[in-house]
Amino acid sequence: MSGFAFQIDGVEITAKDGQTIMEAADDAGIYIPRLCDHEGLRHQGGCRVCTIKSNGRSVAACTEPARADLSVENETPHINKLRRDLVGMLFNEGNHLCPICEASGNCELQAMAYRLDMTAPTLFPYLEPCRPVDASHSDIALDNNRCISCGRCVRASQDVDGKGVFGYVGRGIHRHIGVNGADLADTDAAVTDFAISAEVCPVGCIIRKREGFTRPIGTREYDNHLIGHDIEKKRDD
Amino acid sequence: MTNAITRGSQTTGTHDQVALICGRYGNDPQRMLDILRDVQDQYRCISRDAMQAVAIKTGLSQVAVEGVASFYAFLSLTPKGRVTIRLCDDIIDRFAGLDAVATAFEAALGITVGQTTADGAISLEYTPCIGMCDQAPAAMINDVVVTALTPEKARAITAALNDGRRPEDLIAKNFDTLTPHAQAAQMVKDNIKHAGAVLLGPVPDEAGLKNALVQNPAQIIDQIAASGLRGCGGAGFSTGRKWRFAAQTDDDRRFIICNADEGEPGTFKDRILLTERPHLLIEGMTIAARAVGAREGILYLRGEYVYLRPLIQEVLEERRTKGLLGQNILGVDGFDFDIRLQMGAGAYICGEEGALISSCEGLPGEPKTRPPYPVTHGYLGHPTVVNNVETFCHAARIMDRGAQWFFDMGSDGSHGTKLFSVSGDCINPGIYELPYGLSVRELLVMAGGEDAAAVLVGGPSGTMIARDTFDSKLGFDDLATGGAIVVFSSDRNILEIVEYYMSFFVHESCGYCTPCRVGNVFLQKAVGKFRKGLANPADIAYLRDLSATIIETSRCGLGMTSPNPILSTLDSFPLVYAAMVKPPKDRMRATFDIQSAISDARVLAKRRSSIYDKDFSK
Repeated sequence: MSGFAFQIDGVEITAKDGQTIMEAADDAGIYIPRLCDHEGLRHQGGCRVCTIKSNGRSVAACTEPARADLSVENETPHINKLRRDLVGMLFNEGNHLCPICEASGNCELQAMAYRLDMTAPTLFPYLEPCRPVDASHSDIALDNNRCISCGRCVRASQDVDGKGVFGYVGRGIHRHIGVNGADLADTDAAVTDFAISAEVCPVGCIIRKREGFTRPIGTREYDNHLIGHDIEKKRDD
Repeated sequence: MTNAITRGSQTTGTHDQVALICGRYGNDPQRMLDILRDVQDQYRCISRDAMQAVAIKTGLSQVAVEGVASFYAFLSLTPKGRVTIRLCDDIIDRFAGLDAVATAFEAALGITVGQTTADGAISLEYTPCIGMCDQAPAAMINDVVVTALTPEKARAITAALNDGRRPEDLIAKNFDTLTPHAQAAQMVKDNIKHAGAVLLGPVPDEAGLKNALVQNPAQIIDQIAASGLRGCGGAGFSTGRKWRFAAQTDDDRRFIICNADEGEPGTFKDRILLTERPHLLIEGMTIAARAVGAREGILYLRGEYVYLRPLIQEVLEERRTKGLLGQNILGVDGFDFDIRLQMGAGAYICGEEGALISSCEGLPGEPKTRPPYPVTHGYLGHPTVVNNVETFCHAARIMDRGAQWFFDMGSDGSHGTKLFSVSGDCINPGIYELPYGLSVRELLVMAGGEDAAAVLVGGPSGTMIARDTFDSKLGFDDLATGGAIVVFSSDRNILEIVEYYMSFFVHESCGYCTPCRVGNVFLQKAVGKFRKGLANPADIAYLRDLSATIIETSRCGLGMTSPNPILSTLDSFPLVYAAMVKPPKDRMRATFDIQSAISDARVLAKRRSSIYDKDFSK
């Protein structure tokens, strides 16, 4: 396998041919914040939280091919400001009430806000949508008010489970995740699906019934580490 | 029980009928947009049953079918009337009296916009710019277009439709006996105000194609490159370079796609070329096919121009008969090329080349990830050249008259002529074919719009300029435009215009990426605050700041340009914004409206507030 080198925030890293900037950064232990991207799933480039500057041009790191001698800006005040805006948009687009959400502490949206030092409300208006909750399935519930349209469940169900339980429906601000039937009970979704597993939905939209609030505060995913810690600790090893 | 049986048999009937429609397209999921358009035309709706039937036939999941059906504005998941009246609600139509027309329709039909009459006969709705700004207010009635509407016309149309007449009968009594061109001409005026040397003057038949056929592909590309021709859709990429990239690929299937999805509000130049120069357009596509080595082509026609479909189909058929399309074109052994007409279904985003390709593939019109670029990985993953209607027409003329002829027209960096669609507050709205390099003021003088206070160059994704900039030159290096020149007099409210255009972008964002999907809604709300006089001084900085994020992080050109109406008016008309900003009085933010903030809670609690309800004592 041939390889090449490029720089992220002045740190030289090596990449393999065909890798995206994010893939190369992950291998090198440099975390580029992301929400719609997830290891093992196709890249989507939808949330734009992984926006970086590559030779001065703003692009999504998850879909941008790495090239030799690129100079990438990742953790700069300017880029982090953009990311705060994007995460703020996602918060205000839906209804995210952390204190009553069972994903709290394990939620990537919440963890991203902490990582980006978002400690106060933004100037953005709250859209306060009124989206239906689908509790039709015996083992799974969907609280669409918490959905951030990352589409990880869509790709996981399609590409990993081989099912196609979820899909995007609608356009613009009305675009949302639909299910392949009248409701979730009408689909072949199972609680054992990868798409339904805790790691796929980054927020508290896909809920496995009868297992909420099981992890005590202090032991939850992001209680002791920032999001991205698992990638960044590779650099220490 | 009876109900269940009836419903069951209807379902079976629907399934059989829908299966027939799918069969017409070989049950091909890539023809999904055609299939769903036909289902919509037949049933005035795409029901769950129909989606299920389409899913079974095409081998897709039902939610994938729903994803397409719910994306396009002209497809509906709920039943529409047998006739749908779509009033164009572009800002130009509003300024031309749309309100009175809409009110007349509402009164005559007994419904409000967005509703269907109780007997299921007629639906009334709004639709964004349908490309008739020079003859506004306009509307689509099923597949026909009516222009220059008045309340009287609205009442007459309603009466005729209620009498059971077809929309076509509104155009001419002998509609069916007219040629497709005559039908189009009856519906829509060309309004050609100035014909230039390249496109709208006299054009000989097939002269460019015949010249191209005695050259090899590389020579054709060299000529197009030497002419200085750049894409006329707005982005201005060198056409010669684009063709060369595609020709150099290593693939045995290449495609030529014509982007006739002219959706930028205020643009209608391609409509004139499609009506008056369809042969020149197909000739240009055929030359491109020769240059690039493509055997297959697609002409993507925006859903709003469906009234031109019979005309285009007739032209394609005529050219097949004459040996100008099909196998061994003009007797050249092995030169095979044919074109399929792909109808759109109401989605501005499909003018973006990746989204257009997605739409041709039967997908929702979402832009594709770049790189790879369409010239190497386009339609179905094959090298694809996507050019605008005007670009192909220019290419055919360049092959006729030579690169130097074209190069010598226009100005440095912007060669040849350009079609300008002029509309709004001017005496002579219409089409002007002029060499690049003239100033906005010169064009305004020709169009009788010298008194303009503001001119929108290139549509809402372009630039709004004030009088101090009217001497700027139209061209790629100064004021770039895909062709829209929208003139606003000093009577117009700039903020009303800006708010309308932001609502347009909110409506047309595909929703794929966060900044465009959500950020544009925030911008629209912020402009609304200015209009209502609720903005703070800090909101001007907020507008600029949010706009910058949307531009920098959006995935495609829509989000990269959607804040332009705000940014360019902040630059050109800063006082308009400053005048609407009130310093906070008595330390209360005017933006906070306690009445509306507590209104929901008040309803829930079923009681009123002694402090905040002004009418409490009553």
